[in-house]
Amino acid sequence: MSAPFIEMRGITKSFGAVKANEAVDLSVAPGEILGLLGENGAGKTTLMNVLFGAYAPDAGEILVQGRKARITSSADALAAGIGMVHQHFHLAPRLTVLENLLIGIPGKSGRIDRAGGLARLAEISRQYGLTLDPDLPVSALSVGEQQRLEIVKALFRGAKLLILDEPTAVLAPSEVDGLFSALRSMAAQGLGIIFISHKLNEVRALTHRCTVLRHGRVAGRVDDPANTTSAAMAELMCGHEIVPPARGPSTPGADVLTLAGISTSGHSGTALRHISLAVRAGEILGIAGVSGNGQRALAEVISGMRSPDAGQMTIAGTRVTRFSPREVQALGLGRIPEDRMTTGLVTNLPLADSMVLPRIGTAAFSAKGLLKPDAIRAFAEEQIKAFDIRCPGPMVRAGALSGGNLQKALLARELAFDPKVLVVSQPTRGLDIGAARFIHEKFLAMRAKGCGIIVIGEDLEELLVLCDRIAVMYEGRIAGTLASADATVARLGLLMTGAEGRA
Amino acid sequence: MFRLEVRSSTPAWFNLALPLLAIAVTLILCSGLIALAGAGVLESYGVMFTASLGDSYAITETLVRAAPMIFTGLAVAVAFRAKFWNIGAEGQLLAGAVASCFVGAIPMPGPLAMLLMAVAGAAAGAAVALVPATLRVRFKVDDVVSSLLLNSVIYYALMALIEGPWKDSFSGYPISPPIEDSANFPVLIEGTRLHLGVVVALIAAPLIWFLIARTTLGFRIRVTGENPEAARYGGIHVERVLLSTALLSGALAGLAGVGEVGGVHFQVMSDISPGYGYSGIVVAMLARLNPLGVVPAAIFLAAVMTGAEAMSRATGVPAFLSDVIQGTALLAMLVALLFTAYRIRRVGAAS
Ligand SMILES: Nc1ncnc2c1ncn2[C@@H]1O[C@H](COP(=O)(O)OP(=O)(O)OP(=O)(O)O)[C@@H](O)[C@H]1O
Ligand SMILES: [Mg+2]
Repeated sequence: MSAPFIEMRGITKSFGAVKANEAVDLSVAPGEILGLLGENGAGKTTLMNVLFGAYAPDAGEILVQGRKARITSSADALAAGIGMVHQHFHLAPRLTVLENLLIGIPGKSGRIDRAGGLARLAEISRQYGLTLDPDLPVSALSVGEQQRLEIVKALFRGAKLLILDEPTAVLAPSEVDGLFSALRSMAAQGLGIIFISHKLNEVRALTHRCTVLRHGRVAGRVDDPANTTSAAMAELMCGHEIVPPARGPSTPGADVLTLAGISTSGHSGTALRHISLAVRAGEILGIAGVSGNGQRALAEVISGMRSPDAGQMTIAGTRVTRFSPREVQALGLGRIPEDRMTTGLVTNLPLADSMVLPRIGTAAFSAKGLLKPDAIRAFAEEQIKAFDIRCPGPMVRAGALSGGNLQKALLARELAFDPKVLVVSQPTRGLDIGAARFIHEKFLAMRAKGCGIIVIGEDLEELLVLCDRIAVMYEGRIAGTLASADATVARLGLLMTGAEGRA
Repeated sequence: MFRLEVRSSTPAWFNLALPLLAIAVTLILCSGLIALAGAGVLESYGVMFTASLGDSYAITETLVRAAPMIFTGLAVAVAFRAKFWNIGAEGQLLAGAVASCFVGAIPMPGPLAMLLMAVAGAAAGAAVALVPATLRVRFKVDDVVSSLLLNSVIYYALMALIEGPWKDSFSGYPISPPIEDSANFPVLIEGTRLHLGVVVALIAAPLIWFLIARTTLGFRIRVTGENPEAARYGGIHVERVLLSTALLSGALAGLAGVGEVGGVHFQVMSDISPGYGYSGIVVAMLARLNPLGVVPAAIFLAAVMTGAEAMSRATGVPAFLSDVIQGTALLAMLVALLFTAYRIRRVGAAS
């Protein structure tokens, strides 16, 4: 192995009482793809932020090409050849691709060097197969293209090491392949890459070596990820074995949610076209599909955020008339939104507030317009215990919780009121295996209790484990529905591309 | 080298420390201006302090001045909590003053007159605030701009009123006819101007705190302000909350005008408010939008205003210093607020 491009030695970083990193060593050689693994809150992002100059470590040092480097800002990091693609992109939405690339790069005599920029973009595109239209505004790009732009931006600034923090969490499976081939070609041309992901099959497919963090410390290293089982890696991450949940046979009851001929107009996102489906009590129905084929609109209609232009919906036998969040909730629908941070929770207010938000007007939490602070607190404390939500207490800012714990909190708030139907979007996006496992178990327990569940997701493996039936959405329609016994990744994949007709 | 780093939580004592820090910084910065005006800094601040808080009469005068700013401060605090950017407390105050003056001029028993003045003033303020809120909810018009511009509209409408139909035909002054004597708010301490409205203002602050902290409406206001999308997903009618907030905010600002008419001036003239509506923004920011903090913040600004006049008489420093102090205090507080979200770290020392 060649000499490391980057070496981190003994990095320690605390936030108050929390030791996010403790004596962490990590190195990446040119041409190497290093996987960085760990449960939610293990300290992966913190470590990368230290490397990128966003946090000053309490102890430890960073060596770039064998020499000690002082990296105290992202500018220092870029100068040292380190680029980072954050999970939340840092782009100016109204500016074009090219303008975003040129931000902060001084041109000749204060002018923007457009021709030079174009030439460099073309070169990078050719070198790594990362094509982008330079004149499109960022707001017109898909999430995958925005990510590509972030990568190009780092390369544009001369990065020799690229940090990618959970890049695949926002991508559709088909986009992941494109990302991986670009990353492989970068590595082949001598760039170092640090890749963070909770999806172990991706890690095994892509990386050359892995460093595993647990509670801020290095729990172990994997030298040959391709020939290491996911189970072994998971055990290294969690400190114990993770058994996939077993979905027993179910005896579905009556329909608890039906949609008949639901259509929407398409002014925001893909329109729904005559969606008809039914979920029975004690059944888990998966909705698969490449993102952008109407899943968001479907979730919005079911959860009362949007009225359809045509069609009918019933919840537990009662017809929905107003399509408001309050109405569907009152009829017994539980909901977990796709975006927990922006739609689910109020990050700046206490966790307890988010946990009672949808039911604040009910007798449980208020009477005659007055809140019952003690009841609210008690409820939150109870759920924190029942769902093992790791946090300092119910009054902590919700935004301070890790993704897995936020998801547990949202699940807790819905399950506490015994919904007859549960609609969830991307339930385990960004969650570690342990947390995902926990969420899956809860779904299966609800199923056993006779709850009907709709899981909207892109992770086919997850849907196959969890669901009794899987419907595939394509261009706003249900392209087909398969019983999970008949469903395979290949068959679902065909339906997802619209290749197979109605099944 | 120093740099800013994001903090995950804000210690509770910051709520007290930040405004005090902002005030200290303000007084230090403004001492330069005093020196420039050729007066002694400590002497000038000494005069300001004695004149505003030095004896019981001075204190009552400061409280009388603080009362309208408590109301406008509460109005702004409530609105900003919901992220309804009400910059229009000034216009709402004026509308409240005009409406209460109109009612107060009608002969009727005193207590009834005072009650109706309050109701009319609050309703007028609420109606004015409803305009920018409705424009925002219906047509997505920026509420900062519309509420601010409305201030001028109301001001000139008031001028038209006192230059026209209300003009004192005897003296020819542009002032409204006075309200009935029986409608004058009772004075609480003989020989001072401390009127009933001041007490109402002091009681209003904890009431508004209770409303924000302990009622479902307050909960909805907080949630809507922090994250309207999550609020909507949680079943809150965001538009309705914004309109309710506007009504409440406007009513509070209107009450500021009621107090000035019923307790201080007993009529309406063009300079009935020396910018109390705008000062309310400073007050609310110094209070960190906490209704309980509004009271000390308003008293501070009132002390600066009364003190600056006395200082100007005693030392020749122009009374405009009061405006400078207000503006500087707002800027200092906005900078200080940065520390609730960020901490300063020394870097470089470790490596
Ligand atoms: N700015 C911060 N202030 C306080 N605590 C923080 C801060 N950032 C992270 N932490 C804490 O440090 C620990 C490590 O967090 P970090 O975000 O690095 O984890 P992670 O491994 O990236 O997790 P995930 O897989 O969920 O992204 C957690 O306990 C987290 O709560
Ligand atoms: Mg992370």
